[in-house]
Amino acid sequence: MSTPKIFKKEEWLSVVNGLRNKYKVFVPVKDGDIHLFKELKDGTKPDFAYSNTRLSPKGIVYPQSERMFECPLEEGKEGAFILKESPKEFVPQVVLGIRPCDAHGFLIVKRNFDNPQYQDPWWVQRYQATTFIGLGCNDPCPTCFCNAVGEGPFGEQGLDIIMYDVSDSYVLKPVTDKGKELLSGLGGRDANAEEIKAIEEIKASATSKMASPFSIEPLRSKTQLDLFNAPYWEDVAFACINCGTCTYLCPTCWCFDIQDETYKKYCDRIRNWDSCMFPLFTLHGSGHNPRDKKFQRVRQRFMHKLKYYVDKYGDGVQCSGCGRCVRYCPVNIDIRHVCKLMCM
Amino acid sequence: MIGYTEKIRKRARELLAEGKVDAFVGYRLGSVPLMNQPVMIKRPEDTEQLVWDSNCCLNLANYLTKRQERIGIVANGCNSRNIVIHITENQIKREQLYILGIPCEGTLDHRAILRAMGEKELISYAEQGDSFTVKANGLEKTFKKTDFLRTNCKTCQHKNPVIYDELLGELVPENTNVDPYSDVRAIENQSSEKKWEFFRNLISKCLRCYACRNACPLCYCPTCFVDESKPQWVGKSIDPTDTMTFHILRAFHCAGRCTDCGACERVCPVAIPMRQFTKKLNKDAKELFNWEPGLSLDQRPLFDFYKPEDYNDFVY
Repeated sequence: MSTPKIFKKEEWLSVVNGLRNKYKVFVPVKDGDIHLFKELKDGTKPDFAYSNTRLSPKGIVYPQSERMFECPLEEGKEGAFILKESPKEFVPQVVLGIRPCDAHGFLIVKRNFDNPQYQDPWWVQRYQATTFIGLGCNDPCPTCFCNAVGEGPFGEQGLDIIMYDVSDSYVLKPVTDKGKELLSGLGGRDANAEEIKAIEEIKASATSKMASPFSIEPLRSKTQLDLFNAPYWEDVAFACINCGTCTYLCPTCWCFDIQDETYKKYCDRIRNWDSCMFPLFTLHGSGHNPRDKKFQRVRQRFMHKLKYYVDKYGDGVQCSGCGRCVRYCPVNIDIRHVCKLMCM
Repeated sequence: MIGYTEKIRKRARELLAEGKVDAFVGYRLGSVPLMNQPVMIKRPEDTEQLVWDSNCCLNLANYLTKRQERIGIVANGCNSRNIVIHITENQIKREQLYILGIPCEGTLDHRAILRAMGEKELISYAEQGDSFTVKANGLEKTFKKTDFLRTNCKTCQHKNPVIYDELLGELVPENTNVDPYSDVRAIENQSSEKKWEFFRNLISKCLRCYACRNACPLCYCPTCFVDESKPQWVGKSIDPTDTMTFHILRAFHCAGRCTDCGACERVCPVAIPMRQFTKKLNKDAKELFNWEPGLSLDQRPLFDFYKPEDYNDFVY
């Protein structure tokens, strides 16, 4: 593994802007009261002193609405009524400053979009075109729990490079060959032994600041039906308003809906994020809805993340511990609390 | 306001134990500071969960729709007005409810507090009379409540409950000399293009998560028009045309019914100032029809009856 590189913060913005010669670059930007990942353009002010973006960066690879196919709806017109794949771009891109939890989230989503059985062509191509430069968390938030789900504030899963914020500098350590290649063209100087020691100390200090993790281990040995029929779901779900906040902000929720839309004499087939919180999510053509009650939908979200996924893949939960659903659920339904109930 | 907690617990416990109600709806503390959670309590021993503080911001009338039980409920000004609307719109019966009235001195704007804390996540909240103290890692600050009231609370003219079976505290003086609509007037005076731009900007971050709609006690349709699939009226993508259709129609469905409780604005995950969609309609209802919704069980809703003297300048 090549040596970490160190960059002074004052030179960092010009280094980052230099990346635009080869890549489309996404950075955290403050927009009103919230941070969002946005494309770096002239005048964009990235803010690397952020805690995390309100939306996870999953949309950079998996947009909320994506045109898949299209066709004209005019008799006699070439290609009329025959859907053709919409033109798409898969330019090399960099997600710069992504938190380790969100990078881990991409690996979880990958299970759905890129596995031996199915490969989603657009997700895969966009993911392969992306380089992830993570920014470790010196000060993990009180609602973060990456350490409970197989990660840490400086976890490297899903990252190509990891960045350490060390007083007036950033230290960048390559994780993959893709990261090594990108880093070799960035400049900076090799970090010395003292600086490498500093990043180890930051990592240890951040990890020790996090609350001790709750255990997800008991989930595996629970019986699905016992959890499904557990007595606590009505109480857990009472306050739920069945909005899509938890699922839309989540880095690991992958469900989508496909819709045909027409405008004048043209048709688009669009893929949109969907949410298991919405009654329409499971509404059958017959009018029957197997999850027409609120508590059934709330239960589904937790059962999927904390049990069905666990049983199907045998590799942890469908959650990367970013804490967004804990912080922003309008009625404070806390997945950490639900996980503990399910483990009891 | 924290003094209400003990009174609520005591009365809720008694009401449940005496069998006067089957369930009690109130708030409990959330796992995150400033984020209280609506809760339904069914056993007297669980009433210890109930709390009242300046973060009881969601509208509890939202949890009453079509319920069959006899329910005890805490109600400040806005909760009580939406309970009145629920009763007059036949979503619940008056005789099903036992209302503990709470004169309210306003609730807090959690976004303003986080801003004042440099967007650091909070680890604790405690209130003492007119002030409150919040802590984040390595940071502790005490603020005056009046400096952090939600904007709808600042100009609220119905702090006291309008309907109750018993009152848990002394009535508080209502604001009389406030102007709730200065922001609306600023928009009214702009050109059509500017107004359109204003609303386009409002929705630019919208995710179509429907938290605003779902937190609103007025939105109780069994199937919302945006969820209709046979036929489907509105597209599902985040195309601005569809997003705007949702927001404008939602607002108009609330015309003459909105109490400006601010639940929609409170819950928006991307901090859209949602009340800007409904406030102009509230202002029109007040100025054109001298109407404020949810004040009395004896009044039919604004669009439910006709009076010869109603404003009709728009009829040609």
